[in-house]
Amino acid sequence: MTVFVTRRLIVSFFIVLASTALMYVLVAVSDNPLKDLLEYNGPGRADRIAARTRALHLDVPIPGRYVLWLQDVGRCVVPGGHDCTLGLDRSSRPVLPQLQTAIGSTLRLVVAATVLALLIGIVTGIVTALRQYSTFDYGITFVAFLCFSLPVFWVSTLLKQYIAIDLNNWLANPTMSYAALFAIALIAGVLWAVVIGGQWRTRWIVFGVAALATFTTLFVLLTTDWFTSPSIGVVGILVIGVVMAFLWAALFAGLRPRTRRVLWTSIAAAVLGTIAIVLAQPLMDGMNWLTFFLVALVLIGIGVATGLVGGGYVKRLAAQVGAVTGVTMTVLMAIDQMLAAYPFVYQQTGGRPIPTTGASTPNLDGNFWQTNTDVALHLVLPTLAIMLISFASYTRYTRASMLDVLNQDYVRTARAKGLNERTVLVRHSFRNALIPLATLVAFDFAGVLGGAVVTETVFGWSGMGLLFQTGLKNVDPNPVMAFFLVTAIATVVFNLLADIAYAYLDPRIRLS
Amino acid sequence: MSTDDGLRSESVSEETPLPVESERIEAQMHRLISADTDVLGVETASADIPVAARSSARTVMMRFFRHKAAMGGLIVLAFIVILVFSSVGIGPIPGWWHQDYRVPQPLYNGGHPTLQLWPFSLGKHPFGQDDIGRDYFALVMTGAQQSIIIAFLVGFVGSAIGTIIGAVAGYFRGWTESVLMRLTDVVITIPLVAIAAVVAKIAQDWGGVWALGLFIGLVTWTGLARIVRGEFLSLREKEFVDAARSIGVPSGRIIFRHILPNTVGVIIVSATLAMSAAILLESALSFLGFGVQPPNTSLGQLIESYRAAMGPRPWLFWWPGLFIVAIALAINFIGDGLRDAFDPRQNRQKA
Repeated sequence: MTVFVTRRLIVSFFIVLASTALMYVLVAVSDNPLKDLLEYNGPGRADRIAARTRALHLDVPIPGRYVLWLQDVGRCVVPGGHDCTLGLDRSSRPVLPQLQTAIGSTLRLVVAATVLALLIGIVTGIVTALRQYSTFDYGITFVAFLCFSLPVFWVSTLLKQYIAIDLNNWLANPTMSYAALFAIALIAGVLWAVVIGGQWRTRWIVFGVAALATFTTLFVLLTTDWFTSPSIGVVGILVIGVVMAFLWAALFAGLRPRTRRVLWTSIAAAVLGTIAIVLAQPLMDGMNWLTFFLVALVLIGIGVATGLVGGGYVKRLAAQVGAVTGVTMTVLMAIDQMLAAYPFVYQQTGGRPIPTTGASTPNLDGNFWQTNTDVALHLVLPTLAIMLISFASYTRYTRASMLDVLNQDYVRTARAKGLNERTVLVRHSFRNALIPLATLVAFDFAGVLGGAVVTETVFGWSGMGLLFQTGLKNVDPNPVMAFFLVTAIATVVFNLLADIAYAYLDPRIRLS
Repeated sequence: MSTDDGLRSESVSEETPLPVESERIEAQMHRLISADTDVLGVETASADIPVAARSSARTVMMRFFRHKAAMGGLIVLAFIVILVFSSVGIGPIPGWWHQDYRVPQPLYNGGHPTLQLWPFSLGKHPFGQDDIGRDYFALVMTGAQQSIIIAFLVGFVGSAIGTIIGAVAGYFRGWTESVLMRLTDVVITIPLVAIAAVVAKIAQDWGGVWALGLFIGLVTWTGLARIVRGEFLSLREKEFVDAARSIGVPSGRIIFRHILPNTVGVIIVSATLAMSAAILLESALSFLGFGVQPPNTSLGQLIESYRAAMGPRPWLFWWPGLFIVAIALAINFIGDGLRDAFDPRQNRQKA
């Protein structure tokens, strides 16, 4: 294992070295870096040319410049090194501070989009695999192909023009006509009926229940003015938490008498978690990332502890499900706090809560939750745009790999020896279907990091995409190389992680 | 393809053990080699057998033609290509649409599209006019033409390079493989948008969409190279390759005449999907300002120039986008149909 990682790291080092060299040379020869100054006729022309020549080392041939750039990078690697700048851009400003501000917003965007796309993609992929050749399967297949064929900047502009503006208008005055309510309820009903499938009788029942539930929920939310001052409150946390705990237990442990204890400990974890959240209320106003992680750890710990104490002979499983319940409670707490912060953000953004440009509202001056709500609202549209494309590939991939696993002999054996469908699907098929996905996600993450260039441009984020784009336009290699260094290292590291994860998940593979 | 391999290995195993004088061996060698050059002839020969087995090419075609989505994609793509190339003409050859995309005209009906679906009529400016009165139908058609040319060029160049590199690496192994695969690793580390933007900027000096397509093709071969190498690694161990090698067929010939025809499935599928990716890549690059430069036009460049006009003249934004989506979707469906058709495990016909 150590030998494998070391060897891979050494090989990766040389690969990154070679690809940076290739990229540096390509950028450097792409155009004349003094083009604009040579056409400039104002005063101080010679001084400016001299200054830029000094900043970019234009008096050195290109291979020499690359070595100089490597020295600049080396200063950042050597411990205790000074002058860590990653080189100067053409206006003689160091690149590193620019990269530091840029990388945060880009990573936020890419991580949010990847995680969401992964969750939704895996779930729909599995459902389409289980309902192969159904209406839902064909529908999702078509949607996936459509997403593959969408130019991301075109979609982003459409989202800005239609979703953002109309949604903002609606949020300013959240009312709905009865016709719209009925239409949404009908659509929701049809969707659920198609997803769950089965006999015609089941479908009609599902349709009716889903439509009615959607209608009632929306009606209650609208009449109580929920959309202008949303909240879920302690009661909401408790109810949703218990329901989710029930679902997790049903999914991971089943509801048979043998594992009934898991159900009880999981529900207990939800109730205890709610109590802990109530007790933690004084912390909420002055919260920062450290206290947030501490509270999250406490909530997960409560889940694990309840599982271990009350789990009996299934205590391991109970602890695992308890941990998942703990994570759920953390998410619920965060959602509750962020919803409570929404009116403040709404007012601060001048009644246009879903912004179309930038990564955060300048001079917001709110507490932890208010700032994060603002950031999350800024993430909505770009994440949606990036998600559409990743989602399509994750869905297709999960579906293919799930179908592959479901047709294996051992799955038939598992069914033949009388295991129930839940165990076959969750414990035997799903875990193995996820293995090939690990490679894809690792590879895709680095790709999305590069692809975010386009999305950032549409939404006016000053992230790494802007660094790259202006750098390349101005034939200014150092900012471009800073962008590129990050993506190259990310690619190499994520591929290594994928290989390690692969070996960890699939015992047939030995790293040597 | 499998039929001719089978035939060849059969004749080899039948005839090599015979203890005969050198002249007969010589004569047989000539026969074998001539049979080998005659790869295409094998299919007609098998058609003469009374109960002819379906050749694999025919099986693939039948499967493909039964794939409804792929056929739909093929029809849509053919329609778009014919429309795009016949309306404004190709190069010096004039088309049936006589308005020039460069000439501003007085605004007709506020520049709104005059296209009517029922009863069908094109009107004066079917896709409307842009803000200075140029005919948008001619603009979109010209742009789509450029985008399609770039896509095909990228698909072709990228697939050719990927195939050759993968084939050579997989066949020769050893240091050739190490060098070529490390080169692939190096290029794969660079995000595609980034390296494509850089080479597109270099291509600007060379001018035109042809240079752009060629240059982008030079950086999009990595995925196929890996796939083809994998195929070659397994195929080079097969008996028919041993047989060919034992009678002294040169390496180049083994690669291109013996092994490559067996990998044609993955190559065609990958080339098709590369074309749809290239349409999107080209439009993204033009959008970022590194792709097609004015006065040339492409679908991505049209979207970029009229992005600000989205509010007052939404059709300037919709038409090029819809063309990109339609072309990419059609090619994707064709690629999916081809993949199913080439997949030997796929016995069931699905829609």
